[in-house]
Amino acid sequence: MFELDRSQYPQKKADGTLDIDLTSGKYLKLWQGPQHPGITGNMAIELTVCGDEVVDATTHVGYLHRGFEKLMERRTFMQCFPIVCRICVPEPDFNEYCYAAAVEELAGLEIPELAHWIRTLILEMGRVNSYLMYLGGQAGAFGQGVIGQWTTYVRDLMLDRFEELTGARIYHMFIIPGGVRDNLPDGFAGRMEETLREIESVLADVDRVMFHNAVFKKRAVGVGVIDTAWLDSYGITGPNARAAGVAKDVRKDQPYLVYPELEFEAVTGKDSDIYTRADVRRRDLLLSLDLIRQILSRLPKTGAVMTKLPNVLHWKIPRGETYVRGECSRGEYGYYLVTDGSGYPRRVNVRGPSYTHSIALFERMVINANISDVAALLVSLHTYPPEIER
Amino acid sequence: MQQLYDTLTQRFSLGEFTRQRADLAFITVEAVRLHALLRHLRDQEGFTHLVLLTAVDWLEDGQFQLTYLINNRAKCQDLGLRVMIARDNASMESIHDLWAAAATYQRELREMFGIDFPGSPRLMDDFILEGWNAAPPYRRDFDTLEYSRATYRERPGRETRDPAAHMKQQLYGDKGDV
Repeated sequence: MFELDRSQYPQKKADGTLDIDLTSGKYLKLWQGPQHPGITGNMAIELTVCGDEVVDATTHVGYLHRGFEKLMERRTFMQCFPIVCRICVPEPDFNEYCYAAAVEELAGLEIPELAHWIRTLILEMGRVNSYLMYLGGQAGAFGQGVIGQWTTYVRDLMLDRFEELTGARIYHMFIIPGGVRDNLPDGFAGRMEETLREIESVLADVDRVMFHNAVFKKRAVGVGVIDTAWLDSYGITGPNARAAGVAKDVRKDQPYLVYPELEFEAVTGKDSDIYTRADVRRRDLLLSLDLIRQILSRLPKTGAVMTKLPNVLHWKIPRGETYVRGECSRGEYGYYLVTDGSGYPRRVNVRGPSYTHSIALFERMVINANISDVAALLVSLHTYPPEIER
Repeated sequence: MQQLYDTLTQRFSLGEFTRQRADLAFITVEAVRLHALLRHLRDQEGFTHLVLLTAVDWLEDGQFQLTYLINNRAKCQDLGLRVMIARDNASMESIHDLWAAAATYQRELREMFGIDFPGSPRLMDDFILEGWNAAPPYRRDFDTLEYSRATYRERPGRETRDPAAHMKQQLYGDKGDV
């Protein structure tokens, strides 16, 4: 682990800003993104480097802004639900769950028990997909392209399960205010078991080829350390916090859906570097496979999946406000919903974990990093730009 | 949460208390008391995690509602502090000294709602809307439809339907209102 601040330069001016004179020839501006293999999605990092060391960094977002929060203010409560999943592409289901749960709470709706189980199943399936994508990206940042090919293959199998359950592969639009759209198809548990075994098989290979790889260890161990003292100041949640030894996991801290009935412990690490964060996610992925098995073995065999809704064209929800959160693969995901008694949301605010991780935290962490580690460091925070911009 | 509210009222002058769930409550606070209250909640009551900071535009009342949502992980409690400020020349004390991450939220609120947070780092830097010159777009009086009509041209041959009327027609045909 390197010291928190190795920087000897640039000097700070009296007002606290860095004294960077680009004409001196000592510093160079370097843009990583918005189109760059070492960036997580459509965002950009403006680096100021001295030699190969980063001395200043600014995260630039806005390439994906579609104004979802504003769009929802013009749509009825039911019209909002097909929009929200688009706020996070690789793991869209948390948007559906948080939005639906917030609407149900303010509207006073009770959800059938079977819908709770299926919602939990969907969220864990989405978590598996997100982690598989992450593993490929993290290995790719160190030049191990084959890992991404393997994880993309098994992710595709999980997308098959999503397709047979929801009819869609990426945006599922399955968790709807009032419940879920349908029950599981016949034989789903058996086909899911085959998929889980294939994922476990590939993960065993990933463990050998990635986590026991000398190059990966040399470049990931001790690099990109998150100090536990930063956790609250920078709003760090999820695996980024758990790799630092703090068992922050909404599934355990403030259990929702059927998590209180499932047996598991939050996965933690202690070294808080890139390697530990990757390992925490790998073990969390294995935990998700176990949770999917628990859910499928204990899911009620019969029952309704939707509660009776009022006429959705004239659905007005009394004035109120609430916040609903869940633990997505990147940390705390939440929806703050305000209603004013009309048929439209007064305000919807989406709290994605990438919001703090990729701006305030990343801009702090990347100082003194080597240019070649920037991509790996950013990927290790597991950020998705759409949830920053909404 | 009621117990916490009772404790806080002994030290601070607080407004309306709303118990939303067993683990979530909202309290209305005067703007001038917010910073001290947040510091107390963070340092003395265990609300160490700033979950989010956002604004709600109550256009008809001429006010913005700023919502500071904080979390006490040990007690599994969330507390939302509501601060009502005037929409005209909206300005609020910055809390970036309490949570470094707050500076990002404040940058966004300056850009999207036009709320000023004097002293907040990089407040005037573009956040999402690079080169934006129109009114802050998340204000209620910013009409996205009107902006789109004025800014972009219609694509020839495109049919536009009112979503509510179209769905009603699809579901109920000519039976009318149900």
